[in-house]
Amino acid sequence: MAYALPKSWIAPLKAIVFTLSLVPLARIIYAIVLDPLSLGANPAETILHRSGDWVIYFLLITLAITPLRKLTGWNDLIKFRRMMGLYAFFYASVHLLSYIGFDRLFDLSDMAKEIVKRPFILVGFAAFVLLIPLAVTSTRGWVLRLGGARWSTLHKAVYPIAVLGIVHYWWLVKRDITWPLVFALVLGVLLAYRGFKRGGKKSRAAAS
Amino acid sequence: MPRYLFPTPKGSEITPREVYLDRRRFIAGATTLGSLLAFGGSAEAAASATEPLKFSKGTAPTPSDKPTARELATTYNNYYEFGTSKADPARNASTLKVKPWTVEIGGEVAKPRTIGIEDLLAMELEERVYRMRCVEAWSMVIPWVGMSFSKLATLVEPTSKAKYVKFTSVARPEEMPGVRTRVLDWPYTEGLRIDEAMHPLTFLTLGMYGETLPNQNGAPVRIVTPWKYGFKNAKSIVRIDFVSEQPRTAWMTAGANEYGFYANVNPEVDHPRWSQKRERLLPAFFASRETEKFNGYGAEVASLYAGMDLAANF
Repeated sequence: MAYALPKSWIAPLKAIVFTLSLVPLARIIYAIVLDPLSLGANPAETILHRSGDWVIYFLLITLAITPLRKLTGWNDLIKFRRMMGLYAFFYASVHLLSYIGFDRLFDLSDMAKEIVKRPFILVGFAAFVLLIPLAVTSTRGWVLRLGGARWSTLHKAVYPIAVLGIVHYWWLVKRDITWPLVFALVLGVLLAYRGFKRGGKKSRAAAS
Repeated sequence: MPRYLFPTPKGSEITPREVYLDRRRFIAGATTLGSLLAFGGSAEAAASATEPLKFSKGTAPTPSDKPTARELATTYNNYYEFGTSKADPARNASTLKVKPWTVEIGGEVAKPRTIGIEDLLAMELEERVYRMRCVEAWSMVIPWVGMSFSKLATLVEPTSKAKYVKFTSVARPEEMPGVRTRVLDWPYTEGLRIDEAMHPLTFLTLGMYGETLPNQNGAPVRIVTPWKYGFKNAKSIVRIDFVSEQPRTAWMTAGANEYGFYANVNPEVDHPRWSQKRERLLPAFFASRETEKFNGYGAEVASLYAGMDLAANF
């Protein structure tokens, strides 16, 4: 039941998704420049939280693409996966930069000390560091250079990265774990789908 | 010539008097709906009505920083009874009925009594500008209106058995959405050692910015101890008990390794998950301000803790 959009639609659709994905950042910049009060009494915290939220949204969207593609048979979805993954990395960079700037005042030695001392920051930082090779090797050239199998093994790192991201969030909240829990459940479903698929393949192989 | 008849509603459609008189509830409901619909919504619109207060200028040390804008101090609150996001209290707190209000004072006292908010408001009030440091490493400067807690305490005559004071906040699930969740062990309780409670800086607070407290800031009466982290400042107090043993506070129950009984502002003792060395004086972007021990009130209160290990008694 696979179906596809006309080829000529893909490029404009990509441009639309690309632009929409910049809206969260555009809203933050607009607020800083023209309407700081809209960011509330603690604008730096608002920016940190919003950019952090978007990292998790984009990670979950990225991870939802394969299940959605298989369930709907809409194979074009795969063409958007790299962009979503790169946006997760992009907002993670915004998030980390805001932290380094607003919280640690660009003092890198101070930041290094904090990262080692605070497990939740260490976990978030580890997730960011793991994202770097995935972002770098996201191009077609790198797929060819590494070979499909090795490339896809490397990019399985996105699973632990998503787990680390949610642990980072869970660990940070003072008391109300509603949202980290919701994200963890969504991630759980997305990972369980893959486990189920693999388990299914194996048992079929064993039966044959 | 045809007479113009303007459309008259049927009798059954006319709003009953009691409904349109119940304006406050209607407006509160409408703005909640409005802010749900509107993108972002205005939290201020739903804020509770406040009334001007009569007071004198206080004598407590005044911080060199200017007071935080009222708009910010009344829209960025930790008041989990109304929700855990900072914007929730300003959005949700208008449902709390703060009139009539009484505070029951009992325990180890010679003259237990129940005192009405109107009696408290009739006492001599003063304004004090205090620094407010949250355990989350942000701070504000707020002009409070009220009186030293010791003034109230002397009315009930604590006995020699009174070693601590326990404050209990209101917990009404039907008026406070957060109380319907189990985010903390309700009702919110806080406590002070008796000498801390009787310290002249400990402020029984009835107002801010010259007016009665907005609901989201702990109306109609709260406690403020400026040298401690903000969570020590119990809001919307309904009970004050003088007790012989150190009370277990709501935040100690939630996480005793992170929130101690003393909770004195101290840059040398970090929260287990974050540093307390610096703070963000809102609405600044950068956390560039060095946190002061006892929030800058060391000259007044350090002697209370002479010989105590403040890292162990955090």
